[in-house]
Amino acid sequence: MVRFENVGMRYGMGPEVLHDVTFEINAGEFRYLVGPSGAGKTSLLRLMYLAHRPSRGLISMFGADVMLARRQELMDLRRGIGVVFQDYRLLAHLSALDNVALPLRVAGAKESQVQEHVSELLAWVGLADHIHALPESLSGGQKQRVAIARAVITRPRLLLADEPTGNLDEALGQRLLRLFEELNRIGTTVVIATHNQNMVARNPHPVMTLGSGELRVDPPIGKAS
Amino acid sequence: MARRVPAVVPLGRDAPSRFLPWIFALMVYLAVLALTGVLILHAAVERWQRGEVDTLTVQLMPLDGESEAARLVKLQDLLGEVEGVSDVHVVAQSETIDLIERWLGAGNVPADLPLPRLIDVAIAPGFGLDAESLAFRLQASMPGVSVDDAKLWLDRLADLGRSLELLAIAVVVLIGLAAVATVIFTTRMGISIHRNVIELLHLIGARDSYVAAQFQRQAMLLGLRGGVLGIVFAVATLYGLRHVAGRLETPLAPDIPVAHWAWGLLVAVPVATALIAMVTARLTALRELAKMP
Ligand SMILES: Nc1ncnc2c1ncn2[C@@H]1O[C@H](COP(=O)(O)OP(=O)(O)O)[C@@H](O)[C@H]1O
Ligand SMILES: [Mg+2]
Repeated sequence: MVRFENVGMRYGMGPEVLHDVTFEINAGEFRYLVGPSGAGKTSLLRLMYLAHRPSRGLISMFGADVMLARRQELMDLRRGIGVVFQDYRLLAHLSALDNVALPLRVAGAKESQVQEHVSELLAWVGLADHIHALPESLSGGQKQRVAIARAVITRPRLLLADEPTGNLDEALGQRLLRLFEELNRIGTTVVIATHNQNMVARNPHPVMTLGSGELRVDPPIGKAS
Repeated sequence: MARRVPAVVPLGRDAPSRFLPWIFALMVYLAVLALTGVLILHAAVERWQRGEVDTLTVQLMPLDGESEAARLVKLQDLLGEVEGVSDVHVVAQSETIDLIERWLGAGNVPADLPLPRLIDVAIAPGFGLDAESLAFRLQASMPGVSVDDAKLWLDRLADLGRSLELLAIAVVVLIGLAAVATVIFTTRMGISIHRNVIELLHLIGARDSYVAAQFQRQAMLLGLRGGVLGIVFAVATLYGLRHVAGRLETPLAPDIPVAHWAWGLLVAVPVATALIAMVTARLTALRELAKMP
């Protein structure tokens, strides 16, 4: 489903922040991406959600070579990917409901189904009372939950979450991890970037570790903590 | 449940969206006035041109020592013999004085001013009778007679009218181009103002056509709003002009028709602005979006 071969990445003319990254993720897997701050977790996810092209190497998503894909094909690939951005990226002028509804509307879903689906999911993540709230009136943790709801609302084939529980307390973090695992059970491939060692320990899944731009795949789970 | 879906790109709140309708209103206002000018001129030019002039004015200048009344009778007799003259009407001297008083002011026409007598002559079509040939016929037997032809004057008027018509059409075209340029500019501005929203839309898989549709719909609404606003002002102005024109009774002044075509224009102009704005915004947005990563 996701295949990287000797991938290098740099921002503009800057230094390479990822070197020779090679790995493969199969459909239905659940993986953590761990590493210290600045190791390149966000950068690696950016490559996977096609916000950035690699400076070298080969990336194949859903079987399509990203380097060869045309602009509009990238858009189509992206609709199969749900992303929880580290900085949420909610649209400030839209309510929680409309933010979460966005991927459905972009994909051309029927409006009659949109409202119901979205309200249900928002209630599930504990935001039933904030459905019509604008992001500016939400706390960090509430915004994070809106961002998570938006990422999963379309039941994407691939879910990429960048520190998705960073602003949540332990209990809520666990609850949302259950959501990811539930999605994974019904077929979504999940990659979660995190530096929360507790979460990794309590909910064991294969780990990819990034250290200064280099990737080690699947070390024994105990060693990550 | 039937809650309105809010605009994905918050275009309604940015500066271009607030000033665009007014720019459009102004352009539509000017375009409608120019267009009305074209239509009025066109109708007038046609009328002026159709003139095969059907009346000529014969002037009988006073001659010393000859009785005006006798010469008038003789002139009428002569005119009666000319083939192609269908009617002869001697203008009363008081009417002639009236005409002059319009220029000199009432009571300012000296009693001893030598005034010509005017005779309106109706010409039947088909005899090829014009001012020149009639003058030739009359002057042979009667000195002091001249014939005025409105045709030459009307031809010049028609030429002027046609030039003005072209000018007005050029003005309308220029206004249209200015409108297109304005939409291109505001669309580009909108895209750069809302760049991060657009980036997010792209990240969740929105195609360029979806994003362009946002700009397209907004431009259409603004174009429509501006168009309606402009046409309201324009119609008010035209009615005002018509009122003023109605008080001046000159047969040559064209009427300002506010008939069927005016209603067509009323609907067509805002629709046209909306369409121009929509298409321009779509094409501009698609071109600009294609440049984004
Ligand atoms: N937009 C950017 N432009 C330039 N350099 C960046 C940018 N984002 C991240 N970097 C650099 O890339 C490296 C990896 O950062 P990042 O991927 O954010 O790491 P992590 O998510 O693991 O904290 C860092 O050295 C960071 O300074
Ligand atoms: Mg990061």
